[in-house]
Amino acid sequence: MHSIRNRLILIGALVALSIFYLFPRSQTIRERGQDGVMRDVVVTRVPLKRGLDLQGGMHLALELDQARKVSADPARDIDLALTVLRKRIDEFGVAEPLIQKSGSDRIVVELAGISDPARAKAVVQRSAFLEFRITDKAGALDKVIPAMDRVLRSLGVQGGAVLAKTPTAVQKLLGDSTKKTDSSAADTGPGILAGLIQPASGPNIGAMPGEYMVAEAAYPRVDSLLNIAEVQKTLPRNLSLRWASAPLSVGVDSYRLLYALDERPIVTGTSLVDASAQIDPLTNGAIVVFELDRAGGRKFGAETGRHVGDYMAILLDDQVQGRPPVIQSRIDRRGQITLGNKTLQEAQDLALTLKAGALPVPLKIVEERQVSASLGKDSIQQGITAGVVGTAMVILIMVGFYRMSGGLSIAALGLYLLFTLGGLSMVGATLTLPGLAGIVLSIGIAVDANVLIFERIREELIHGKTVRLSVDEGFKHAMNAIVDSNVATVLTALFLFQFGTGPVKGFAVTLIMGIAASMITAVFVTRTFFMIWLQRRPALTTLSI
Amino acid sequence: MVRFFANANYDFVGVRRYAYGVTAVLLTVGFLALLIRGINYSVEFTGGTLVRITTQAPMDVAKVRAGLEGQGIRGPEIVQFGNDREYVIRARTAKLGTDADNTQETRKAVTSVLDQVLGAGTYQVGRAEAVGPKVGGELRQKALLAILLSFVAVLIYLAYRFEWRFGLAAVIATAHDILTTLGFIAVIKLEVSLVVVGAILSMVGYSLNDTIIIFDRVRENLRKMKGVTFEEVLNRSVNETLPRSVLTHGTTLSSLLALAIFGGEVIRPFALVMFFGVFTGTFSSIYIAPPVLIWIEKKWPGAAVKALAARPAPNKPAPPAGRKAQPAT
Repeated sequence: MHSIRNRLILIGALVALSIFYLFPRSQTIRERGQDGVMRDVVVTRVPLKRGLDLQGGMHLALELDQARKVSADPARDIDLALTVLRKRIDEFGVAEPLIQKSGSDRIVVELAGISDPARAKAVVQRSAFLEFRITDKAGALDKVIPAMDRVLRSLGVQGGAVLAKTPTAVQKLLGDSTKKTDSSAADTGPGILAGLIQPASGPNIGAMPGEYMVAEAAYPRVDSLLNIAEVQKTLPRNLSLRWASAPLSVGVDSYRLLYALDERPIVTGTSLVDASAQIDPLTNGAIVVFELDRAGGRKFGAETGRHVGDYMAILLDDQVQGRPPVIQSRIDRRGQITLGNKTLQEAQDLALTLKAGALPVPLKIVEERQVSASLGKDSIQQGITAGVVGTAMVILIMVGFYRMSGGLSIAALGLYLLFTLGGLSMVGATLTLPGLAGIVLSIGIAVDANVLIFERIREELIHGKTVRLSVDEGFKHAMNAIVDSNVATVLTALFLFQFGTGPVKGFAVTLIMGIAASMITAVFVTRTFFMIWLQRRPALTTLSI
Repeated sequence: MVRFFANANYDFVGVRRYAYGVTAVLLTVGFLALLIRGINYSVEFTGGTLVRITTQAPMDVAKVRAGLEGQGIRGPEIVQFGNDREYVIRARTAKLGTDADNTQETRKAVTSVLDQVLGAGTYQVGRAEAVGPKVGGELRQKALLAILLSFVAVLIYLAYRFEWRFGLAAVIATAHDILTTLGFIAVIKLEVSLVVVGAILSMVGYSLNDTIIIFDRVRENLRKMKGVTFEEVLNRSVNETLPRSVLTHGTTLSSLLALAIFGGEVIRPFALVMFFGVFTGTFSSIYIAPPVLIWIEKKWPGAAVKALAARPAPNKPAPPAGRKAQPAT
């Protein structure tokens, strides 16, 4: 009697605990609303976490892109990048993001429920390295172009020679236009680069020192020529060349602007303390207004004071943003970046990356997985349908076969589902699509322990033992098989957990939790049910099994 | 009481030679399929780009293919599934001239081609994956390691709970299951994704489970039975656990059937592999594990089997072995 009461109390406690962990509750989430303002939103939902494949979202794995910039200390840079990404994503406004290091050289970012993956990707990947540099006034590039062409000629670069050496897909596509320019820039001509690079001029383009233009079609070729080490050597030490971030249309033609800039930046984004996006009331275009720290502001003020009348290029990730504005007066701590025809949202994203700081080394995405929210919703629906149908079939088989005892095991199966889900919520596990499949599958497998016990009881009954003794012996003898077989399954699940990525890990956790729950329900709960049944009928001589 | 196989006494062990034939055929077909077709790994393992889209109207597949090839993507695979609005586009190799581990160039190229051919915003991306070959290679290595390590762990556990002879027999039976399942995967041209590897490992757990339950009975009967051969002990044990096997496999198969029919396109491969796994696991638990155990016990007899041989029959002769001989006592 005591025993039954204690057992019922324990079962009741487990049920209460599971319900507690599954009961919908209010959570406060910081989210960015439609208008781009961060605010706290209170949502009510079941605390069981859903994986990216069920609620939609994006998983990214990133590594340092050492092909673009060699890192002196990769271990430090990856930690720095991690901090920067945390800040950016915090500003971006995603509920419960996951940003962590994986191994020693990789960062994993998981953003659940985002509606615009491309935007999130840009925010994560942008280096956001900001610099201000003065454009060259001395016409230094004009002076070195002949020297560059001499170097190219001595290297044997004539017309299509470079094309033949390193044909890239882009250059192949541009085959026609480059051939045309090649023939005009033959050996005896004014030189390859001299033919392709010309000082910027046109209807809307006023003369600006250090600004050049290249036909958009020839841009990749000129870029690769300028990047040849021997050509780079001819550049004066204090001069560097940078491209504009976007092509410029002049009438029907499209050009890419090239800038000759001072090598030394007057100030960089490391001095930046605040940035925000605004709409410029004059041009109606998006701008980013920034503020520098004290030291940066002093330096910026001194430099801009010295360069009044000069042009200042704003470089973001080594590309010139917009056309360099003329410095009209000394600028101190505040300034603005004009973004031309970009949207306010793009300006907001830029502002938040600038504020969070630059990445020490550019990152490359080595893995991307993305699932839309609607597909996730479909998956949950399909999982539930499969679960309901599967459970119905299992109930049919168990009750059809074991009658009353089967009914008891089905009641235990209900508790099994409750315990599994409650347990998953309690340990903070994530329910994924394979995990959902694991639950449906485990409904079929969970009754195995009951089947083993029932078969044992039947054997004992056939051997002529009393009902009470048969039940006791049945449970006792089946234990060995149940424990051994479940331990083997848990072992394989542990390895699955160890190697798997998100979704499969979720499956392994579900499987382990399911086995734990099925041990409790099959052995303990069903036993208690039998005890109650037998106590109410002391004179029972037959058992419906 | 509804009972199947109440007093079953089928001669499972006696007909094992026929079973070897079945195994040989299964393995040969599987190996041939593996040799000819190879394993079709998903982009998760090989590296590559996959985009699943839903369009508003049937898509001009040839045009998209041409567009992709024009962007420097060699041999793109475009598969229509479900209805004529749903497509999966796979590019196994990176765009020409790009760093293959920097997956984004290929991904961008696919998007730009789709935007050009279908028009931006007229299609929805349901799922997208872009995996670098380095990440894929690591994953493949990890999967293999997980399967091997789980073998070792199970062997150690079984050696501890039973003895090493039982453990070895169980692991050999499981190896058989994995081989036949790989053959099955090759025969039905299933793509091996992470989910399928998960199914293989679950199938390993399930099949081991089955073998262990029979071995547990063998261990018990070895202590109990007298005046019989080891073969007869095995046969009795398989017969005694038969009702349990039929019921559990029945409930598991019905769950899997529900998953295969209603679970959706991501889960279906999982359900298919497990479905096959239930059959091959059951087969190996009856026809591979016990005969292998007999063979091992003959070669290196264990204490329990020696003790059985030394125990004479109490008074009546042992029931003759044979199909449906005597009901169990």
